[in-house]
Amino acid sequence: MTPLAVLAGPASPADLVAARTQMALSLGWHIVFACLGVGMPALLLFTEWRAHRTGDAVYMRLARRWATAVGVLFAVGAVSGTILSFEMGLLWPGLMGVYGEVIGLPFAMEGIAFFVEAIFLGVYLYAWDRLSPRAHLLSGIPVLVAGVSSAVFVVAANAWMNAPRGFDLENGKVAGVAPWAAVFNPAMPPQVLHMVIAAFMVSGFGTAGVYAVALLRGRRDRYHRLGFLVPFTLAAALSPVQVVAGDYAARFLAGDQPTKLAAAEALFPTGPNAPLHLGGLVIDGRIRYALEIPSGLSMLVGFTPGTVVQGLDRVAPADRPPISPVHLAFDTMVGIGMVLLLLSAWLALSWWRRRDLPASPWFLRLASVAGVLAVIAVETGWVVTEVGRQPWIVYGKMRTFEAVNPAPGLWVGFAVVAVVYAFLTVAVVYVLRHVARTGHVAPQETEP
Amino acid sequence: MDSAQILLAVMWAGLTVYALLGGADFGGGVWDLLAGRSRAGMPQRRLIEHSIGPVWEANHVWLIFVLVVLWTGFPLAFASVMSTLYIPLTLAALGIIARGAAFAFRKASTELWQQRLFGGAFALSSVLTPFFLGTVAGGIASARVPPGLAAGDVVGSWLNPTSLLGGVLAVLVCAYLAAVYLCDDAARSGTPQLAEGFRRRALLAAVVTGAGALAGIAVLHWDAPRLFSGLIHRALPLVVLSAVLGIASIVLLALRRHLLVRVAAVLAVAAVMWGWPVAQYPAMLPPGLTYQEAAAAPVVTTTVLVVAGVGALLVVPSLVWLFVLQRRMPYDADTSG
Repeated sequence: MTPLAVLAGPASPADLVAARTQMALSLGWHIVFACLGVGMPALLLFTEWRAHRTGDAVYMRLARRWATAVGVLFAVGAVSGTILSFEMGLLWPGLMGVYGEVIGLPFAMEGIAFFVEAIFLGVYLYAWDRLSPRAHLLSGIPVLVAGVSSAVFVVAANAWMNAPRGFDLENGKVAGVAPWAAVFNPAMPPQVLHMVIAAFMVSGFGTAGVYAVALLRGRRDRYHRLGFLVPFTLAAALSPVQVVAGDYAARFLAGDQPTKLAAAEALFPTGPNAPLHLGGLVIDGRIRYALEIPSGLSMLVGFTPGTVVQGLDRVAPADRPPISPVHLAFDTMVGIGMVLLLLSAWLALSWWRRRDLPASPWFLRLASVAGVLAVIAVETGWVVTEVGRQPWIVYGKMRTFEAVNPAPGLWVGFAVVAVVYAFLTVAVVYVLRHVARTGHVAPQETEP
Repeated sequence: MDSAQILLAVMWAGLTVYALLGGADFGGGVWDLLAGRSRAGMPQRRLIEHSIGPVWEANHVWLIFVLVVLWTGFPLAFASVMSTLYIPLTLAALGIIARGAAFAFRKASTELWQQRLFGGAFALSSVLTPFFLGTVAGGIASARVPPGLAAGDVVGSWLNPTSLLGGVLAVLVCAYLAAVYLCDDAARSGTPQLAEGFRRRALLAAVVTGAGALAGIAVLHWDAPRLFSGLIHRALPLVVLSAVLGIASIVLLALRRHLLVRVAAVLAVAAVMWGWPVAQYPAMLPPGLTYQEAAAAPVVTTTVLVVAGVGALLVVPSLVWLFVLQRRMPYDADTSG
């Protein structure tokens, strides 16, 4: 191979900030549509299946409406995901040039899954009236399977950055590549589980939120009730599972990425009786204004107060991530998770007692923002994952500044990208509101 | 043949399919732009939407496939190209997002002003995206992308005669393919008037593209002598084949043999697509970097080939089914969109 030394080059700090912000913007934007692309097909297939089983036209109306929304959401998700594959090279060529061959495999598999998803979604959306009901329903199953698979593969690639495996370094050069070991790295199972559940929760709470608003406005017919209950039930059932999955992910950190856990919990001194900090700010190397639960973190990690938890004191200040953002993002994510869990329990209780939605308007008020909260939880979760890994892009192996494109003027590129995303955000919100309000169905999708 | 060589061929096949399918979707946007005022252009725009609606997302995935194979199989080439050519590639990426989003938004809109706004964004980005991708090809082909991180001139690598030629030819080829396909689609949909319109456009595009290619010979002779020499030696059969097929497509257009035109046009574009790598082989980033030097470890290229093979078993039959369904889909010219 050509000497990889040619890949080294300095980048200005401002350009590094620009590149990181651009990546955060693109990733944070795409993840919303990616979640909906993973979760919405499940809702769509369930309602269509119910419609065929029961002959209930209300289910079919819901399925048709959601299909129109999925058409828009998938297109936006597909193109915003493409930008990311460009940006991997445009912004982080140092990473791709050295490690592209190690983490390429999950991306290749993700590409194939995306292919299957795009093909069958084309069939599903456009050939609704050209296929038998049974064939049409079956054509949706690959969309769901491929959507979940692509989430698994792409999160596996991200997990590799947290737990890089499947290669050796010989004098700074990658050698002995084992592609499958890179895919099935130790961070993969907890991250994949946590993210796939999150995708279904965003889809469920997000879709239900639209109907919660309608119910609050007094449109309490069967269409709006079902439109609320079907997605909300899915998300509510997953809420307790997500708490367990989140705990699993945190336990992984305790073993494999103790610095990230210490930053998430703003823990400085290493030792037993590690407290749990809720909220607070890190000022001058210590946490202040936090609600402190004595030995809380030790109990969570090892179930006994004597469990030793590694703090930030074991890491040189230059190798620490920014603590306050990671800690606050972590607390926000966990806090939202708890709110969503309580909201889910509220519905379960009310359904068990009287087979109906809770009577209090506060239930629907909270439910109408549950989707937004779920999105915030996903975004803050990614802040913990990504900012919490800093200053590394590949944990313990490559620093972020070593990966960035040394070309001048990344700031300009970021500014242009930011403007385009601002326009896109306005347009996509406008169009989706339009779809929700008028129920416009394109000619190919009119009801027979 | 080693696995890197096979992977290179597979990647190039993917890029060829992207040009033939995704390129035509961009070309549809070019004709959308030129379809005239809202009312007069309505039938053309509806046919374009009907033709690309169900398939453009699947067609678009070929580009992602190519990018992923490039970074996995040839990481050094990927890093060098993306870092040096980051300006046109950022613009192409923005064009891709604007094109896809605007197309979906237009379909979901009902008001004329919305359809105009999103339609305009769709059409304009359909011209700019292939143009910038073409400038990237020109920069690599004219040996302006050396190996290394942003090792080339970030401006001169794509603002140069060969890049401009690449950009213009890319847009022309997209428009040519789209007109040929749309002419066939319109004829099958029982709208002979539309078919005639696209036949005239296809003839025009074929002649202009041919003229552009002839002018391009002079540009390459002067600006990319190494590529020029490859094209008139080892790649000469492909260049001649492309020219012959291009002329054949013009004759067949005149004879209104729509399906045969489609075949001739596809082969003409594929021939010229393969002419370039054959001309510069084994260089990947001319003049110096060969594909062997850029290639990943053999275990990686082999694994990706196996995964791509399994993927092809899943993707190819599904894709054929999608295209068959699309061809059989009735075209209803009267429904308002």
